[in-house]
Amino acid sequence: MTASESYPDDLKYHKEHDWARIEGDEAVLGITWFAQDALGELVHYEPPNEGDTIARDSAYGEVESVKAVSDVIAPLSGEVLEVNAKVVDEPETVNDDPYGDGWLIRIRLGDPSEADALLDVAAYKQVVAES
Amino acid sequence: MAQTLFRTPLHDRHVALGARMVPFAGWEMPVQYAGVIPEHKAVRADAGVFDVSHMGEFEVEGPRASELLQATLSNDLEKIGPGEAQYTLLTNDRGGIIDDLIAYRLDEFRYLLIVNAANREVDFAWLKEREIPGSDLRDVSDEYGLLAVQGPRALERLGLPEAKQFTFAEGQIDGIECMVNRTGYTGEAGCELLVMAEDAPALWDSVLERGAGPCGLGARDTLRLEASLPLHGNDITQETDAISAGLGWCCDPDKEFSGAQELRELKARGPERKLVSFVMEEKAVPRQGMPIEGGGEVTSGTHSPMLDRGIGMGYVPVASAAPDTELAIDVRGNSRRARIVKRPIYKREE
Repeated sequence: MTASESYPDDLKYHKEHDWARIEGDEAVLGITWFAQDALGELVHYEPPNEGDTIARDSAYGEVESVKAVSDVIAPLSGEVLEVNAKVVDEPETVNDDPYGDGWLIRIRLGDPSEADALLDVAAYKQVVAES
Repeated sequence: MAQTLFRTPLHDRHVALGARMVPFAGWEMPVQYAGVIPEHKAVRADAGVFDVSHMGEFEVEGPRASELLQATLSNDLEKIGPGEAQYTLLTNDRGGIIDDLIAYRLDEFRYLLIVNAANREVDFAWLKEREIPGSDLRDVSDEYGLLAVQGPRALERLGLPEAKQFTFAEGQIDGIECMVNRTGYTGEAGCELLVMAEDAPALWDSVLERGAGPCGLGARDTLRLEASLPLHGNDITQETDAISAGLGWCCDPDKEFSGAQELRELKARGPERKLVSFVMEEKAVPRQGMPIEGGGEVTSGTHSPMLDRGIGMGYVPVASAAPDTELAIDVRGNSRRARIVKRPIYKREE
């Protein structure tokens, strides 16, 4: 069942509709409710490889729905520690639970200070309102 | 440039149902309601209804209506009588495909053509230019709404008897008069209901009440691609021909129509490439415009909800166009394996 619209308070956001949950020197990344809703039911997730280095504001993977494909933009730089295999097998997990089981990758932060540039929930909701 | 989009007679119904509306061929159309995949599966399992009122309808009438259409359409209209319909192509002087359409023979001297929305103006201008005294062509699109009701239970839900494909008759659904056409674009049983525009909302309500689920253009595309039905603008265009597209069966070689000679010559020497259907063997969704290695291009691609894989159609060199041939598709720089399959890509096991 598709999730209803929400933007958790404890996440940091990127204007390209990505979120980050920072946990010490690691972070879990995913796409927001708005992003999955715009795409529709996801049918394919092209993840990076574990060990890859990803750069803030650059694409690290692709998510694809029946209708469209979209780059996933990294909100933070770092090294990929883990790819969510459940989403590789069942991409619709992102639609069902974009902030929980539908996370995309876990990274080791390259530069923790980058987090300061991300949006808080109020600022991100403003981005959504203007989209 | 801002452009006003046309709206079908069912626009308010779509908005009320929470449809996602998108621009399509100059129209504001529902791309999905609940979601492409559940809508698609509803049509494969039960029944779905599509608003296809954006499609164009032309009437061609007069003692020489047949003559005009025989000279412009590829199939032989003399094969059908009143109450019968025919899939056919409007071809240009080079044998390229201006549009694919269905011609309905209303009576001896009167035809209805249902054409693609995106080609309505081009088709009309092409035919108007070739009109002859005794053949009167009119664009009557604005007078009608068109609902496609498709799926294994579509007829049962509408209370309609089975009938031969490509026939039509006057009928009623819950007292609403319509023309019941035994045609469709999903590979399923069902019909298309042509109704006066002012009656379209009531007919839509009746069809939903009878249990067909609303379906958008998203599911229409995935369904037609699983059924290997070409889409004009993608798989067939003014630059592609019927022979390469595998549509030679609807071109009568024994009559004269625009481009007939070119098509006869092409058939005699054999086309260089063919339109094939394929299924991905690796996880990837093929898309229109992606190169096929060895010379070729994807013309339509999507994710098949029934096969849970990428599927598509594309042109490949004739030498590598046989079923079971392996293809490699360039998916944004990554080579992904696919295999040519017999049409249709998907058919329900009976």
